Amino acid sequence: MKIDVKKIAKLSNLEISPEEEAEFTTQLNNILSYIKQLNSLDTSSIEPTAQVTGLTNILRNDTELHESLSQNDALAETKNKHNELFIVDKLVETNK
Amino acid sequence: MDVLNFTISDILNGYKKKDFSVSEIVSSYLARIEKLNPQINAFITIDSKNARKKAKELDGKDITNTLHGIPIGIKDMFLTKGVKTTASAKLLENYTPPYSATTVMRLEEAGAISLGKLNCDAWAHGSSGENSDFGNTLNPWNFEHVPGGSSSGSGASVAGSLVPIATGTDTGGSIRLPASFTNTVGLKPTYGLVSRYGVIAMASSLDSIGHFSKTVEDSARILQTTAGHDGYDSTVSKREKEDYLKGLHEEIKGLKIGVPKEYITDALNADIKETFNRSIKILEKLGAEIIELSLPHTEYAIATYYIIQPSEVSSNLARYDGVRFGHDRSFFGKEAKRRIMLGTFTLSSGYYDAYYKKAMQARTLIIEDFKKAFTQVDALIAPICPTPAWKFNEKTNDPLQMYLSDALTVPMNLAGIPALSVPAGFSKNRLPIGMQFIGPHFSEKLLFRIGNNFEKETEYYKQTPNL
Repeated sequence: MKIDVKKIAKLSNLEISPEEEAEFTTQLNNILSYIKQLNSLDTSSIEPTAQVTGLTNILRNDTELHESLSQNDALAETKNKHNELFIVDKLVETNK
Repeated sequence: MDVLNFTISDILNGYKKKDFSVSEIVSSYLARIEKLNPQINAFITIDSKNARKKAKELDGKDITNTLHGIPIGIKDMFLTKGVKTTASAKLLENYTPPYSATTVMRLEEAGAISLGKLNCDAWAHGSSGENSDFGNTLNPWNFEHVPGGSSSGSGASVAGSLVPIATGTDTGGSIRLPASFTNTVGLKPTYGLVSRYGVIAMASSLDSIGHFSKTVEDSARILQTTAGHDGYDSTVSKREKEDYLKGLHEEIKGLKIGVPKEYITDALNADIKETFNRSIKILEKLGAEIIELSLPHTEYAIATYYIIQPSEVSSNLARYDGVRFGHDRSFFGKEAKRRIMLGTFTLSSGYYDAYYKKAMQARTLIIEDFKKAFTQVDALIAPICPTPAWKFNEKTNDPLQMYLSDALTVPMNLAGIPALSVPAGFSKNRLPIGMQFIGPHFSEKLLFRIGNNFEKETEYYKQTPNL
């Protein structure tokens, strides 16, 4: 299995140059061949671990109210705003 | 005033005896930063105005807080309200956060005074510090050698006495490598002991929030402030708070300390091997019983880590789209792009079972190795890196070689267990070498006790670089 860098870059929403494509193809496939040594490990009866200290869901009553960021603070770091809202790219009907 | 090699206790004692004021201490450190930072590049934002103001407010006040007037450097992965926070990445070069990380707030509430933000590998991706978008940090011990990463500015600033303490993050060795390369003490706490709230996320199942100091006692003092539930990070354990300073000076006679044989291989260079053997002798002299044991899945740790970590990185960095803050995705540097793409690949449809799930299963085996080991011994000792700090550009063209330098540090992140990096000597050409003490979940107190005994016997922290 090889990484198709062009396709993965698109999935990652990254634009890469042809030079980068060549460089990343070599580097990422080298890393991938190294990673493949895991295949020699029999894990058929092993449970996967996602949380290491054994915590389970932590719940609280939906009654504690905390102050959150004000609209001004939330918008302070962007130029993409209109009527105190964020402007985002059109998500449907793009021509791409 | 000369603040070279001051510890927290030195500063607090001086305040108590009225030898100097908080303003004098802050000014002295700022003077060192002004003199040395243009070369070392440990700080990427210096906040002298706020620091001087806060120092003035504390002048003449009674010492009621544990970190009263202690200058600190903050790794630029930690959000600081009103102070630029970039993750050392161009994408965030103009970002000023509207709130501070829990750790930063707690340290400041305890009296610490931030002198500014510290350089690191961009997004904390790196083992050497060379991935920063704002230039390399130099190793104060030898400017031709890397300071270690990703917390490059943290290790270098404490080593150079630009600050007495600094914060750091450790996802796969990012505190322990620079601590080892700079003769400083670095703590990677148990996963979920210190809140990650307000720290820019790298790999969420691995990220640990820790710190750098001159001594083990200082490290315990800082954890006393940073540890514990804050209500903003659901992975933080609600267990009862411990007194990390208590028992620090108890002897370690009779403790069983394990040596994992998979860590002591021919891959270690001669300096590291010699330092390791000497460290074992010191522990024996202190009365510890050394027991060789096996962590059989060690060889799979890097492969496991370099699936889990990039997968989680690709997910965490997906939020940087330039809409709400920061530049757009074209500003990501090469290492971030590599990790995003690797993670996108390993999580992509059809490959999840073969990579991410497989890695999470291997992770279980690595955890079981440690669990078994801790039924036989109280703690482990191991080297941190197979070599001392390497020269700049030695590994930058080969990412896989760079990744392999994490082989002895990533297993603890995969298992979520704590590790304390302590100065253990120097190579023939006088580059620092650290050793790590490793224990079961939430065994920081024990690690501080072992580290403190080791430090009292060796006193390597008293040695300083020629700057």
